[in-house]
Amino acid sequence: MIPFIAPDLMPAFPEISLAILALMLLMFGVSRKEEPFQAVSNLSIFALLAVGAMICRYCGETVTTFNGMFISDSFGGFMKMLVIAGSAVSILMAAKYAERQRIMRFEYPILILFATLGMLLMISANDLISLYMGLEMQSLPLYVLAAIQRDSIKSTEGGLKYFVLGALSSGMLLYGASLLYGYTGVTNFDKMATILAASAPLSLGVIVGMVMLISGLAFKISAVPFHMWTPDVYEGAPTSVTAFFAIAPKIAALALLTRVFMGPFGSMVAEWQQIVVVLAIASMVLGSVAAIGQTNIKRLLAYSSIGNMGYALVGLASASAEGVKAVMIFSAIYMVMTIGTFAIVLMMKQRERMLEEIADLSGLGVRQPMLALAMTVMMFSMAGIPPLAGFFGKLFVFQAAVAQGLYWLAVIGVITSVIAAYYYLRIIKVMYFEEAGDESLDPATDVRLNVLAGVSTVAMLLFIALPGPLLASADAAAKSIAIFKPK
Amino acid sequence: MISFPILSLLVFLPLAGVLFLLFVRGDAETVARNSRNTALLTSLFTFGLSIYMYMGFDGTSAELQFVEKLPWLPGLNINYKVGVDGISIFFVLLSTFLTPICILASWESIEHRVKEYMISFLLLETMMLGMFCAVDLMLFYIFFEGVLIPMFVIIGVWGGKRRVYSAFKFFLYTLLGSVLMLLAILYLYNTYGTTDIPELSNLAIPANVQKWLWLAFLASFAVKVPMWPVHTWLPDAHVEAPTAGSVILAGVLLKMGGYGFLRLSLPVFPDASVYYAPWIFGFSVIAVIYTSLVALAQEDMKKLIAYSSVAHMGFVTIGIFAMNQNGFDGAMFQMLSHGVVSAALFLCVGVIYDRLHTREIVPKYATIFMVFMLASVGLPGTSGFIGEFLVLLGAYQVNTTVTALAATGVVLGAAYMLYLYKRVVFGELVKSDVKAMKDVDGREIAIFLPMIGLVFWMGIYPSSFTAPMAPALGKVLERVAPARQALLEARAPAAAEKKAEEAAKTAEEQPAVTTEPEAAPAEAEPAKEPEKTEEEPKKKKGKKHK
Repeated sequence: MIPFIAPDLMPAFPEISLAILALMLLMFGVSRKEEPFQAVSNLSIFALLAVGAMICRYCGETVTTFNGMFISDSFGGFMKMLVIAGSAVSILMAAKYAERQRIMRFEYPILILFATLGMLLMISANDLISLYMGLEMQSLPLYVLAAIQRDSIKSTEGGLKYFVLGALSSGMLLYGASLLYGYTGVTNFDKMATILAASAPLSLGVIVGMVMLISGLAFKISAVPFHMWTPDVYEGAPTSVTAFFAIAPKIAALALLTRVFMGPFGSMVAEWQQIVVVLAIASMVLGSVAAIGQTNIKRLLAYSSIGNMGYALVGLASASAEGVKAVMIFSAIYMVMTIGTFAIVLMMKQRERMLEEIADLSGLGVRQPMLALAMTVMMFSMAGIPPLAGFFGKLFVFQAAVAQGLYWLAVIGVITSVIAAYYYLRIIKVMYFEEAGDESLDPATDVRLNVLAGVSTVAMLLFIALPGPLLASADAAAKSIAIFKPK
Repeated sequence: MISFPILSLLVFLPLAGVLFLLFVRGDAETVARNSRNTALLTSLFTFGLSIYMYMGFDGTSAELQFVEKLPWLPGLNINYKVGVDGISIFFVLLSTFLTPICILASWESIEHRVKEYMISFLLLETMMLGMFCAVDLMLFYIFFEGVLIPMFVIIGVWGGKRRVYSAFKFFLYTLLGSVLMLLAILYLYNTYGTTDIPELSNLAIPANVQKWLWLAFLASFAVKVPMWPVHTWLPDAHVEAPTAGSVILAGVLLKMGGYGFLRLSLPVFPDASVYYAPWIFGFSVIAVIYTSLVALAQEDMKKLIAYSSVAHMGFVTIGIFAMNQNGFDGAMFQMLSHGVVSAALFLCVGVIYDRLHTREIVPKYATIFMVFMLASVGLPGTSGFIGEFLVLLGAYQVNTTVTALAATGVVLGAAYMLYLYKRVVFGELVKSDVKAMKDVDGREIAIFLPMIGLVFWMGIYPSSFTAPMAPALGKVLERVAPARQALLEARAPAAAEKKAEEAAKTAEEQPAVTTEPEAAPAEAEPAKEPEKTEEEPKKKKGKKHK
């Protein structure tokens, strides 16, 4: 008889707590007579903050548990903090918006909690099985969230599209995973890494498996050509949900990709690097060119996020500790920019009706100078113009690429960033250079959104003066992830 | 010596003004008044501080002075490091000198969104000063590109009818040039582990690598200068920008390219600079002649001055790539002089525009305009003459054909400026509102007087400017000397043969612009040429101004 060894639960303590807290909140929500949306929202934020504090406490050293399926390290800790911050902010942003849009269901914040739990598991996955588990745990609540506005055709359509394509990508990923298992005989990342490093030449099955796995994950970060769902889902979903989509799942999937590339595929750099380079170039080019014609700000931000993921992939393509660090810094800055931008988009309303057209921003520079200023800072930052923080995000990514000799990738990257600058500037143009229309936007009164927009604006402006904390923690975190040298 | 961190204070002082302006509240009238006063005071104080710094500046040293260094990006060898030497200090002074003038010039012409306007100008000042003071390449880049933000807003919000088009063109053109430089900077950092400009200026970078990196830097500086054929953003930006925007654009922003060549391209990539010098000559000569001809055909005063800027900047690049003491002095002088003169010319246009929203005359105004017009033409005794003369002198030692062609640009320059002056000042009075036009008032005199003074000071006693910049320029010269020497030696046999052949022919028969064999004979005997050449350009000048 195999003796039962109880796993060490401590490394996974934050995730376990989050699961328990989310279930407790679900009970609490169900037991209430009147709709407890606001109460559950606030409690969810507290739950996330508590989990964040636990992660800070536990992520210092690298430990594995559950028979090596779960890994807790400082790389994971860094990315988890970003995901948690992104999720908490998304709940915070949704509060007033959900009330207006009549999607005040207490399931909303709880679904976000469960999705967050899935993301945390993804980031900590050290095994193909836990990878898939985390990924699905994350995806299912997202499908529901996309369609949460049940009486809106666009929202349900977006949700359905997301689900169908998401299922397809999960299928591809699963197929890849099974091939990898078939050819290596293991599911654990560490063991797989040793086996793959020792096997030469690589069998075709492993390579096909890897390509399938990458395709599945590329879908999650909406890298071109797996991006088709993004504009529709972004446009259809309620704006507060879109904000969540743009922030947390992207960061979690990036973390997972990084872990997979640096771990099991660490010895196959030559094989996956070219794939990532192609994904990065395609995403950057499409993200910058396709956004030019957009008139809806949510669709524009969808293409902008596609482009931004392209830049993150540039960091990943460089396959180095510097690249990992660049991805982390980029993710952190991207998150703050996205939060700020969506906070402002959520404030775009006229007579209590939400607006989504870029043209609706016209004359904002005169009527609401502070809001317009915040948006201007966000847009210049997204365009990567120094001295704003967005510049540094791109700087580190390109620095990593140049260090590894990927000159053409870097050249294409900077050129697409100039093209992308055009549509970011267009928003500034609408706000400042054009005469205001007849009717102005409602004054921005939502305190939470104002604070979020303000804080992110200040963060963008001051990053240049105080880059130390972020850089130092990213530096430490990047060192924790195993970097295998190519054979 | 000055004991406090004067450079950081200088760079960030305008930001303090911005911070103050952000909190200005009240009704529109009060806000506008307070914004104007705050901006003027801040910029005047900055100017005072820069003068104070200049007084503490040691003009006999080639070293960087007032250096401050602080760790900045942890984990990377990229620091916050600022300092000035004989090259940059004059651009710092030019920037601090022109900013209050711009603010004064916008006193009445900017009526709406005054607060935002003043914020943009102060931000612009910080960026410009930061760029000229930066000693770290990354820091330099950040300020270099950061300039785009306020300038984009200035053109786009307070500009003319086609302001949106011009603002976008300006922004995207310059951004595209700059990003390639960023990659070159990253390459330098990755290969040599530093972005410290003095350290980079002492490296021996392989020549073929230099050539690529040099081109990447060129992409950025050529757009800024602007060199032909990437100058097309300039006329648009100038025409649509508000007067003060044009002033700062012509006065300081165009100098960023020339400064970049002197500070970075030449010292960091000496071999590539020597290698590409004939190309720069070619493009510069085309710029001088072509844009002068284009200027002749312009109906719009601002456009005419914009094209003349491109031509004048052509002289600057010729001077820099002549790579000798005269050329450098001339290029620096031309940049400073153009900074004052073209700025003043745009102000002259602005004076008319403010009154009539078109063009015409009055006595005091006519005098002021004439001074700057003649300075732009290069009348001896004004700053423009020294710059052009030194550039031609320097170029003659290197390439006579280039000098001869560039000198025709001087003639053309006189033609289009005099033609402009004739049309504006001596034209028939047709419109009644032109007859009623008021002469310049006290505020405008206050703007123009220091500029007139400067033009004559630079023209009559140029060594008060060239002396302090000489050591720093000498250092750059030393840096490029080995590369030039190597080139000369490589060409020496060919040159000797060629010389024997050419002894029979006359100099006029030399056909093309900058083919290599031609460049060689002139270079072969740099020591003898100066005495001969000194007379020649002077004569040319003398004739023209009769």
